[in-house]
Amino acid sequence: MKIIETNTLLQALGVKIARLKVLAPAIAKKARPGQFIALMVSENGERIPLTIVENDIERGTITLIVQEIGLSTKLLGAMKAGESLYSVVGPLGHATEIKDYGKVIIIGGGVGIAEIYPVAKGLKSAGNRVETILGARTKDLLILEKELREVSDDVKIATDDGSYGQKGFVTDILKETLTQHPTSNSEYGLIYAVGPIPMMKAVSSVTKNFGIKTLVSLNALMVDATGMCGGCRVTVNGEVKFTCVDGPEFEAQGVDWQELEKRNKVYEDKEKHICRLKNIK
Amino acid sequence: MNKEPVKVKEVEASQRANGFEEVVLGYTEQEALAEASRCLQCKNPVCSSGCPVGIDVKAFIGQIINKDFQGAYSTIRQKSNFPSICGRVCPAEYQCRKACILTKKGSPFASQRAINIHFLERFVGDYGSKNNAKTVVNQKPTTGNRKVAVVGSGPAGLCAAGELARSGLKVVIFEGLHKTGGVLRYGIPPFRLPRNILDFEIDQLKELGVEIVTNFIIGKTLSLQELFKEGFEAVFLGLGAGIPSFLGIPGENLCNIYSANEFLTRVNLMSAYKFPEFHTPVTVGRKMVVIGGGNTAMDAARVAIRLQKMNNIPGDTTIFYRRTETEMPARRLEIEHAKEEGVKIKVLTQPLSFSGNEAGCVEKIKSLECELGEPDSSGRRRPIPIKGSEFINDCDAAIVAVGLGANKILTSVTPELKTDKYGDVIVDPETMETSIKGVFAGGDIVGGEGTVIEAMGMAKKAAKGIIESLSKQGK
Ligand SMILES: Cc1cc2nc3c(=O)[nH]c(=O)nc-3n(C[C@H](O)[C@H](O)[C@H](O)COP(=O)(O)OP(=O)(O)OC[C@H]3O[C@@H](n4cnc5c(N)ncnc54)[C@H](O)[C@@H]3O)c2cc1C
Ligand SMILES: Cc1cc2nc3c(=O)[nH]c(=O)nc-3n(C[C@H](O)[C@H](O)[C@H](O)COP(=O)(O)OP(=O)(O)OC[C@H]3O[C@@H](n4cnc5c(N)ncnc54)[C@H](O)[C@@H]3O)c2cc1C
Ligand code: SF4
Ligand code: SF4
Ligand code: FES
Repeated sequence: MKIIETNTLLQALGVKIARLKVLAPAIAKKARPGQFIALMVSENGERIPLTIVENDIERGTITLIVQEIGLSTKLLGAMKAGESLYSVVGPLGHATEIKDYGKVIIIGGGVGIAEIYPVAKGLKSAGNRVETILGARTKDLLILEKELREVSDDVKIATDDGSYGQKGFVTDILKETLTQHPTSNSEYGLIYAVGPIPMMKAVSSVTKNFGIKTLVSLNALMVDATGMCGGCRVTVNGEVKFTCVDGPEFEAQGVDWQELEKRNKVYEDKEKHICRLKNIK
Repeated sequence: MNKEPVKVKEVEASQRANGFEEVVLGYTEQEALAEASRCLQCKNPVCSSGCPVGIDVKAFIGQIINKDFQGAYSTIRQKSNFPSICGRVCPAEYQCRKACILTKKGSPFASQRAINIHFLERFVGDYGSKNNAKTVVNQKPTTGNRKVAVVGSGPAGLCAAGELARSGLKVVIFEGLHKTGGVLRYGIPPFRLPRNILDFEIDQLKELGVEIVTNFIIGKTLSLQELFKEGFEAVFLGLGAGIPSFLGIPGENLCNIYSANEFLTRVNLMSAYKFPEFHTPVTVGRKMVVIGGGNTAMDAARVAIRLQKMNNIPGDTTIFYRRTETEMPARRLEIEHAKEEGVKIKVLTQPLSFSGNEAGCVEKIKSLECELGEPDSSGRRRPIPIKGSEFINDCDAAIVAVGLGANKILTSVTPELKTDKYGDVIVDPETMETSIKGVFAGGDIVGGEGTVIEAMGMAKKAAKGIIESLSKQGK
């Protein structure tokens, strides 16, 4: 699967996020918001899951936005246009149910902003009033603001250090929105959040006492991503679910966040070891 | 005058554990002739009745005795497409060897002195591939260049593809993973089924003109209906049973508790035993526990103890099984191999729960002792846990090998494809056609967890069903 275009979306403060366009006509044709692909950079590579941020049916391409954190994402970020990935398979997972919920709040944190983009776009085209909240550590680490504004009725931004938008977290803005005029809360049919686990956990605890349907897209570690290994299992409302085939979206309130956080860290030392070996900084 | 069974050469047990090379080395020509001469060539042989596809065992052994190895190869190839694979993995001691006249009546599996049919089959299969004994395309391509799709590249899919291609049809195999072979690639380890044997059979299919498309999931990348729109006139589903079952006991989501599918996929498909050269990691514990008694549990345990030794950790892998060794469904040979390689077996043991450390990684397993009660519906004696017999073992990595369910990726998005309560696809037993016209199925997706030869038997039947239904339409 050939890479058609690749560029660095952001590089600051040790964070590097790349944007790639990959030729995958069959996947581009079938992709729906909320779905992802699993790819291997080389035959030695891991199979890693990445959200389909955009799909262009005419050109047969899908857009991936990748934060480089471990070896596989760094190798992917280093690839050039014209080179080919060893494998790409998808579209995987359940698509987001795109319908008119009335008003929706879409929340993205860090590279999660890339993951909410297709959902915001889909919900906007379905006639929803889309209120988007974006979060980043600081102004220089905020991505896709322009793109999100094009698919939202309103965008509010929170940065930890206050260097852009409001100082604080996305949950501060969320609380303000839901407490300003509580009577209109019933117009919110859906809250959808993707970002680091602490952020999604916080969003879930805020919306719990407002009783608004809240979905999160989980980032469990995956191997095959086709439902045959159980490595991506999470506990939701006391039941074991496989993120790759039952998800990746789940009701936020039911998620066992602590278990997910621990399961995501199981290979951390091996991952650091391999990065050092391959002297990839 | 039936002489002693000819023992097959194997790699020395102490040598095996530091690699994934094949353990059983197979018969030389002399050994094959000696073993074949033990066969009584019974007037009406019972052995074939034990073979799910009815291979004419007496005939092919007779041909070995006359050194007509090419003849023996085509005798087997009439019923089995991959003798080199079945010769290595077929549970013959529960099938043809058990039926052999030399097995003591009523024993649950073949006696030692039963003819080593599987080793002879492997010898002939390897002879065939070495001297690329081709089976001539048996029929004139009657169906022109009509297209048939095969979904899944496990033994069922590969077998169906060969049958259909040999009858002149244009066959395309769609495989969801990035490599073909199904369980033969991701499940059964290379020390039991070397990859070159599997790749040889797949290359044969390519020579027959079969096209193979990997990274392509029917039901996700393309729907079943869209396959027909693309001009395919029939579809064979060899989806397999790929969903791992868990015990459902407390602590089972702690880190480093794998389903056998995950553990074996990481090691066999993603070569995690070559980390960091290959990037997929796998945890190698100091005290590894494998739960289960089938081929999957044996494979997982033998991989685990190899990983320990390859990472210079003293081998300490124990299989927990709730019945006793006799009831274990695994191939007897593999149970022996596991023990020879240092795997410990703890029978009459039923896991109750796992406990872990602060970081959420498994540390201990609590189990109950069992005793055997009356036989259950499968005829195996029911394990009854003994109250108050709890005991705890160290366990810093566990592998749950307690069975696989039907692969749901396609059936869950295709309501008109009728399935039973286990999620297995329902077929007409004669033609293997499913509830959707032109869609046929075979292998574990139909029969639930079975064997390679059963998967092939169903695939051959389904291929026949497809060829007949197309030629009827053809008029
Ligand atoms: C459905 C789904 C969609 C995703 N979409 C995107 C996307 O659009 N863009 C993007 O940049 N990433 C996305 N991710 C996360 C991405 O898959 C991981 O970042 C990637 O697998 C890390 O691989 P690596 O080998 O580079 O890092 P690793 O070497 O595997 O890990 C490096 C470090 O990051 C942590 N880590 C590993 N995997 C994850 C993970 N899945 N989530 C959080 N931390 C992890 C590890 O604990 C480790 O500490 C998605 C994940 C899922 C499950
Ligand atoms: C660890 C292990 C050890 C075993 N050992 C033995 C043994 O020693 N002897 C023996 O006889 N049997 C053994 N078995 C059982 C035997 O492997 C199975 O019965 C046999 O593999 C079934 O073949 P199949 O083709 O039906 O399915 P599988 O081998 O499971 O192959 C199914 C293939 O279809 C693909 N697929 C599924 N859905 C889709 C889709 N929608 N689109 C595209 N592709 C799809 C899968 O990725 C997979 O590659 C073992 C099984 C396991 C798990
Ligand atoms: S395929 Fe299996 S059961 Fe049949 S003859 Fe060969 S070893 Fe025996
Ligand atoms: S039953 Fe046994 S001895 Fe008799 S022909 Fe078959 S393999 Fe030979
Ligand atoms: S990643 Fe293997 S089942 Fe989800």
